[in-house]
Amino acid sequence: MLAYILRRLLYAIPILIGVNLLTFALFFVVNTPDDMARLQLGAKHVTPEAIARWKVEHGYDKPLLLNAQATGSARFTDTIFFRHSASMFAFKFGKGDDGRDIANEIRTRMGPSLAIALPVFVIGLMANITFALLMVFFRSTYLDLWGVVLCVVLMSISGLFYIIAGQYFIAKLWNLLPISGYAGGIDGFKFILLPVLVSVAAGLGSGARWYRTIFLEEIGKDYVRTARAKGLSEARVLFRHVLKNGMIPILTGAVVVLPLLFMGSLITESFFGIPGLGSYTIDAIQAQDFAVVRAMVFLGSFLYIAGLILTDISYSWVDPRVRLQ
Amino acid sequence: MVRIGAILSKLGLLAIGLSLLAGCTDNWNNPYPGSDARANVLYSAFSERPKHLDPARSYSSNEVEFTGQIYEPPLQYHFLKRPYTLIPLTAEAVPRPWYVDAAGKTLADDAPSSAIAESVYEIRIHPGIRYQPHPAFARDEAGRYFYHAMDAAAVGGKTRISDFRHTGTRELVAADYVYQIKRLANPRLSSPIFGLMSEHIVGLKALGDALEKASRAHPDAELNLNDFPLAGAEVVDRYTYRIHIKGKYPQFIYWLAMPFFAPVPWEADVFYAQPGMADRNLTLDWQPVGTGPYYLSENDPNRRMVLKKNPYYHGETYPVDGDAADRQAGLLADAGKPLPFVDEAVFSLEKETIPYWSKFLQGYYDSSGISSDSFDQAIQFSSGGAPQLTDSMRGKDIHLITTVAASIWYVGFNMLDPVVGGLGEDRRKLRQAISIAFDYDEFISIFLNGRGIPAQGPIPPGLFGYVDGVAGLNPYVYENRGGRIVRRSIEVAKQLLAEAGYPNGRNARTGAPLVLYFDTMASGPDAKSRLDWMKKQLDKLNVQLVVRGTDYNRFQDKMRKGNAQLFEWGWNADYPDPENFFFLLYGPNRKVASGGENAANYDNPEFNRLFERMKDMDNGPERQRVIDAMLDIVRRDAPWIFAYYPKSFGLTHGWVHNVKPNLMANNTLKYRRIDPGLRATRRKEWNRPVLWPIVLLFAVLAAAIAPAVIAWRRHERKVA
Amino acid sequence: MSLGAFKVLPVILWTDALIFALLAAVLALVWFIRRQPHLRAPWAAVARRPMAMGAALVLAVFVTIGLLDSLHYRERLSDSPPDRPQYSVEVLSAFDALVGKLRTQQEKTYSAPLAMQLYAKEFIERGGATVRAYPRLKYGGAQLKQADARVPDLVRRVILGLAQGLAASLLLFGLLAAWQTRHRGMAFGEWLSVWGTGRLGWPGRTVVLTLALMLMLGTATFHLAAAYHVFGTDKVGQDVLYIALKSIRTGLVIGTLTTLVTLPLAIVLGIAAGYFRGWVDDVIQYAYTVLNSIPGVLLIAASVLIVQVAIEAHPELFDTAAARADIRLLALCLIMGVTSWTGLARLLRGESLKLRTLDYVEAARAFGVSHARIISRHIFPNVFHLVLISIVLDFSGLVLAEAVLSYVGVGVDPSMYSWGNMINGARLELAREPVVWWQLGAAFAFMFTLVLAANLFADGVRDAFDPRTGGRR
Repeated sequence: MLAYILRRLLYAIPILIGVNLLTFALFFVVNTPDDMARLQLGAKHVTPEAIARWKVEHGYDKPLLLNAQATGSARFTDTIFFRHSASMFAFKFGKGDDGRDIANEIRTRMGPSLAIALPVFVIGLMANITFALLMVFFRSTYLDLWGVVLCVVLMSISGLFYIIAGQYFIAKLWNLLPISGYAGGIDGFKFILLPVLVSVAAGLGSGARWYRTIFLEEIGKDYVRTARAKGLSEARVLFRHVLKNGMIPILTGAVVVLPLLFMGSLITESFFGIPGLGSYTIDAIQAQDFAVVRAMVFLGSFLYIAGLILTDISYSWVDPRVRLQ
Repeated sequence: MVRIGAILSKLGLLAIGLSLLAGCTDNWNNPYPGSDARANVLYSAFSERPKHLDPARSYSSNEVEFTGQIYEPPLQYHFLKRPYTLIPLTAEAVPRPWYVDAAGKTLADDAPSSAIAESVYEIRIHPGIRYQPHPAFARDEAGRYFYHAMDAAAVGGKTRISDFRHTGTRELVAADYVYQIKRLANPRLSSPIFGLMSEHIVGLKALGDALEKASRAHPDAELNLNDFPLAGAEVVDRYTYRIHIKGKYPQFIYWLAMPFFAPVPWEADVFYAQPGMADRNLTLDWQPVGTGPYYLSENDPNRRMVLKKNPYYHGETYPVDGDAADRQAGLLADAGKPLPFVDEAVFSLEKETIPYWSKFLQGYYDSSGISSDSFDQAIQFSSGGAPQLTDSMRGKDIHLITTVAASIWYVGFNMLDPVVGGLGEDRRKLRQAISIAFDYDEFISIFLNGRGIPAQGPIPPGLFGYVDGVAGLNPYVYENRGGRIVRRSIEVAKQLLAEAGYPNGRNARTGAPLVLYFDTMASGPDAKSRLDWMKKQLDKLNVQLVVRGTDYNRFQDKMRKGNAQLFEWGWNADYPDPENFFFLLYGPNRKVASGGENAANYDNPEFNRLFERMKDMDNGPERQRVIDAMLDIVRRDAPWIFAYYPKSFGLTHGWVHNVKPNLMANNTLKYRRIDPGLRATRRKEWNRPVLWPIVLLFAVLAAAIAPAVIAWRRHERKVA
Repeated sequence: MSLGAFKVLPVILWTDALIFALLAAVLALVWFIRRQPHLRAPWAAVARRPMAMGAALVLAVFVTIGLLDSLHYRERLSDSPPDRPQYSVEVLSAFDALVGKLRTQQEKTYSAPLAMQLYAKEFIERGGATVRAYPRLKYGGAQLKQADARVPDLVRRVILGLAQGLAASLLLFGLLAAWQTRHRGMAFGEWLSVWGTGRLGWPGRTVVLTLALMLMLGTATFHLAAAYHVFGTDKVGQDVLYIALKSIRTGLVIGTLTTLVTLPLAIVLGIAAGYFRGWVDDVIQYAYTVLNSIPGVLLIAASVLIVQVAIEAHPELFDTAAARADIRLLALCLIMGVTSWTGLARLLRGESLKLRTLDYVEAARAFGVSHARIISRHIFPNVFHLVLISIVLDFSGLVLAEAVLSYVGVGVDPSMYSWGNMINGARLELAREPVVWWQLGAAFAFMFTLVLAANLFADGVRDAFDPRTGGRR
């Protein structure tokens, strides 16, 4: 098991290098270091000297990938790509192009991101399962039919509308919750409520419908019929057996996103003014802050790979037939 | 099922209990939990986090909003007087320069510019001004600094300035001002005005070179600016310093009112240079140290920035001289009272317009800020009259404050372009025709809700050289119809277009339609409508417009290379002098080749000659005559479509007092007064939670589920 | 090239060409499927589902509008000499020509749905004096003399429209009935009762009712739109109904062309990875893990920038605003395709891994049958249903994604009609007082209808092709 995890982590290195190269290529195809300097220095009174100084200061004065003037290994190491990427593998992110320390920023923004993403994940899972169970429980009545229709309707609404409607009605018209903002600690409760509510509602349609099919599949299996034949009540069958066994595919499927919860949600965070990592990424993309984008992509892919490993582990855990090798 | 029901009802009770807990102390939607509703705190917002708060680096308006309250340059603008007037802030008087020739001999004030080798400004500051409390000044009994020789371990646990136990202060001295001028030349700070100032301040360029060399030689060592001399800035005595300016540069006085020339104590640089500080964002760029009425007590640009009253503030009183209109507006009610009024100002990050606007309406922001796009929506515009608040706004006791900004928006023609550029008569007529077709009066009414004035030339109102009313109209685009300024008819434009060689929008020789290209980096929510509007304007002349949307970098690149044809651009005044607008059209400032700010690449020798004369002149009838001549040239040549002078615009609630937009001054927070009691009452009244939707939701849910539950029960019973 | 009689110059944008290529491919596929009974069976099952058929009808309407909107041309300028024709730089479509006035009747600024006045008061001259009032619209309700005549006029138009729609659908129903009774040799009454109880073997009730509903809605809208702005007007006075209709094409292009990019990548790479295993599998897995772990927004933002650089480098290739917007749309489809092939590829890889171990595939390999032949004969036909299901499922997701991307600012060109741009514009409108809701409302209504129809259709297809799993999301 340990050896497996270690090997997977080693596999991650070429992937991370690839991710880094791709990000790097995408960025510098369109932006020269001069462009980046100009963007950071602003529009008024920018002199060529200031641009040259900015590039030296931020380490963009070297060749991009290959330093023809250097000798030996310095041909590859004395370049923008190497100098900026190598330190990432030690999780040293350096400073953003705006001069702020990235690691520091990540530390302070992780909390707010998790404060939204974790409740969304947990409550969302619970709400989806509850809704799905309700439909399965009443599976031959009008409730199931209309429940599925409701699911499809909910799925067909763009996520933006949920946010706009939530802010407009709940916060603006009915004065129930603050429309946006964030505070740490217990005060943060009422800021988190609206984004969590909206995100859960936005995911309810597709989630509940998917879980419903999982439960229905489970309900058709032999052991359920046996249980029923033993005279167990329908509710008992549902909660004792179907829910328990249905949870296995649901949870193993959900594990992959667990590490990514740190990264937060891009859209929700910008809309609700949550100072998390999602809005950090979006801001960096819009401001073309390469240092931050690179760090966030690196972190994101690292967490994604961690999620894949976790998934494998959880599979082998619930199903002993799957062996990690 | 029973169990689910029990859990659900428990959850519901919990939710209700929690919300009641929140509700009994506060409004449910109050975005400032735990704050005292009656505290004398001003609430405002910022939409983009400031990049720099170092006075040598910060330039954009969203940064100056903070630095202006914290740092005190020697001069400031009078809060109420118009036209904008400079008055002393920390200085004892507004300095008047004296001139010396190349031999060092003092010249008379009216000496010709050519004879003047240097202008000398002597500034004497008030004694007894002290800095805000800051650990950089903290000393023990023996006079040793607590925090000037820390190692990384000692810095270790500190993440905020408030983590340092000891603080201290120090009296402001003239040397601090000189120190800051030297900082402008520090290559590691890359001050945006270094290039400009090194052309004016004696010896600044040499200092920059020396520092550059020292920085290269010891890349890891800190530069101690006190070791490097600056010829153009000298300390005369503890409270007096002199600045030497090359030749004559009358506009320099305005720079003395900007944070670039505010004092910076050397202790701050020493303090922040210690190892480990920069890794924790403890730098002067983020944690300012000033003498102003406020200091930055909380700096979390991801969420909020808090300014608190400086306990050591030297004191200033509310201005007593204002005109009748100010008195009527109640702006003189506090005359003579000590500043500042507000104890604390909280700025929250607010990127999206819908939350921003809603919170303002709910009373959680006191004023709308100056130039935020969303807030013009409360305004009804009427083509004839002034912008007015909608009835619902007025019902809430919200006030509208407008003033014409010292800025201009224009559509530039690239004068190097083969189709629209050049100074030939036909090209000139083509540009004039297009200028008439772009009906900016309509633009202002649709897109700005009246928040602008159609521009008649490059100089906005409120500046010297601007002529009000019909006397100042642009005769090539407008005409005087019974004392009203009216845009010339589209027929005139068609005529001009025909004379330019494009009758009915066709090339007279080839018959090809005239196609123009408009480059823009517009991408906001409004972009599509604006671009459609542009096309609609040229449709009137049967000229076709192709919009080329692009991003910031590409746009800048095009401008530098001169590949654009038509483009939209604006300029905000740095200081209230016409030179700051005319230099945008001065030939040697061309963007192509010389990289200046003349984006249209306009180069008219006659205009250039007049500009060189005008810039050194003192305001007066003589200067006005030169300006009039220059105006006539640019209006005839029409290198720009003078679009509009934007009106800056603010909405404030009834509990906010002493708001008068001042586009030049950036330290107006100290004048602001609020009535927290009134605010608390209104907030309570406006934010009563509406509960019926929740009740309705539960009712609908129950109604949907109940029949099924009943049916199921019956079924169970039957089975059993 | 010019069609002299119509005085137009046809313009074929990149996306137009691809759309029609796609249409041809779909038609060819339909023709192929009709001749293969084992492929026809599941489609016949789809056709028997009322929900799916109703949704398909709605989709057909959308597709028709989208196709009409893909026939682009440039109008000849009215006074251009006949020997040297000159054309407008504005690119129009057959759809524009059909709706005619809807496009050209522009008001000054906002007006509410079905209003006859602007949404904001202005000073207007009335009887010599200036008064502050709501000015009348130039086109909306212009035929009315008095304000109180508006409601009766609206009612009259709605009733007229509904009546015409009803009449038309009755006529169609009659024709259908005539054909069916002839075809089946039934009496009319007998057929009617069979139809009424839903025993036709195809969902006749749903089809007829959906058609009737759409016809009535269409004719009522037509009569209203002739004199009013049904969904009001936007900031520059453009009819919002027109904008929403024009946005259909953008949504369809993104939903379909992206799939066009996804499919070859996903099918080739997915099957190759599963079938060949070994280093091929490693390389492909590596590629999709790398792609998957980079946030999609970043890839899309970067590629949109790259396209802009390309446009700036070759301005002569993109001489009209439409061409510039079009290439950006295409780039968006391309990059979204590149980022979204991974899901399907993984699925296909897993399936191929299983299939290659089946006896007959192993046997074929043992006999030395070429890989290409094995894949095309044995593997591909057995995973085809997965491909199909994923196409229909992805469509609605892509339409929704466009809105989010445009909102973030990396979507389609800001000058393009799209629901995302409409929602983006609504950001400012919702902050107005009183609120301007109709642009958001129209975008919501159209998007919702399209995506709902697509989802319902997808459900039908999935159930018919893959009754075992039901849901895969």
